[in-house]
Amino acid sequence: MTLRDVQKVLGARVLTGEESLDQVVVSSACGSDMMSDVLAFSKDHSILLTGLCNPQVIRTAELLDIVCLIFVRGKKPDETIIQMAKERGIIVMETGHRMFSSCGMLYQAGLHGGAI
Amino acid sequence: MNDAIVLKYQISPDDFTRAGEASSDVKGKLKQLGISPEAVRKVAIAMYEGEINMVIHANGGEIVVEITPAEIKMVLADVGPGIPDVEKAMKAGYSTAPDEVRNLGFGAGMGLPNMKKYTDDMKIETTIGVGTTITMLVKL
Ligand SMILES: Nc1ncnc2c1ncn2[C@@H]1O[C@H](COP(=O)(O)OP(=O)(O)O)[C@@H](O)[C@H]1O
Ligand SMILES: [Mg+2]
Repeated sequence: MTLRDVQKVLGARVLTGEESLDQVVVSSACGSDMMSDVLAFSKDHSILLTGLCNPQVIRTAELLDIVCLIFVRGKKPDETIIQMAKERGIIVMETGHRMFSSCGMLYQAGLHGGAI
Repeated sequence: MNDAIVLKYQISPDDFTRAGEASSDVKGKLKQLGISPEAVRKVAIAMYEGEINMVIHANGGEIVVEITPAEIKMVLADVGPGIPDVEKAMKAGYSTAPDEVRNLGFGAGMGLPNMKKYTDDMKIETTIGVGTTITMLVKL
């Protein structure tokens, strides 16, 4: 599915990267608030869902080549974080749904966890 | 080796938000050099965990990365408190990090195991009250 589909499924607000939503096709995602877990287990995930809201999230995404970050449960990243994402070409969205629901909705829509 | 490229970084302990800058710089440089994506990923993850550890456990330090056609060597040296029991510290889930660190998404005790997992060789030299030097190798 495309990031546009992801955005619709989650009713997410796009904070940066709106222009590329239709082109970017994604096939797997991971969800975690612990960046070390993401670093340990993430393999070619294109999306990271997280309730953690700090610059280390962007750094983790950058180092793992994650293309899209989704902040769950209404976490609003500040301007510094959005700017960091913009500079690195990382797409950022924000949804009011909680982690469990967000992951479930995406899974049901066809997005899977991928290999571990 | 004569065609080694050496990169040096001072890691500041003062600003957690900047932790990882050195790792992302190295990642960018390795990419430019045309190093394989798998090797770049391994180096990026291992160095990032090590860099975070230097900031949260050891008051910062220095990282030297040496790139040759055969391998990438990372040497992370700090003058922090040292690690009392290395075997214990290497266990997945073992962490002495305070809750503030956990709230930042680290401190799950996965750092050292991750560094080992993503490198071909890892050596820890540590002395209590003097500091810790971690040397990691990723073969190309
Ligand atoms: N550079 C270091 N200096 C001193 N202690 C360290 C250093 N790196 C790791 N440690 C110790 O080893 C433990 C395990 O490290 P790690 O696996 O990275 O987990 P975490 O950083 O999540 O606590 C740390 O909690 C800390 O006690
Ligand atoms: Mg650590």
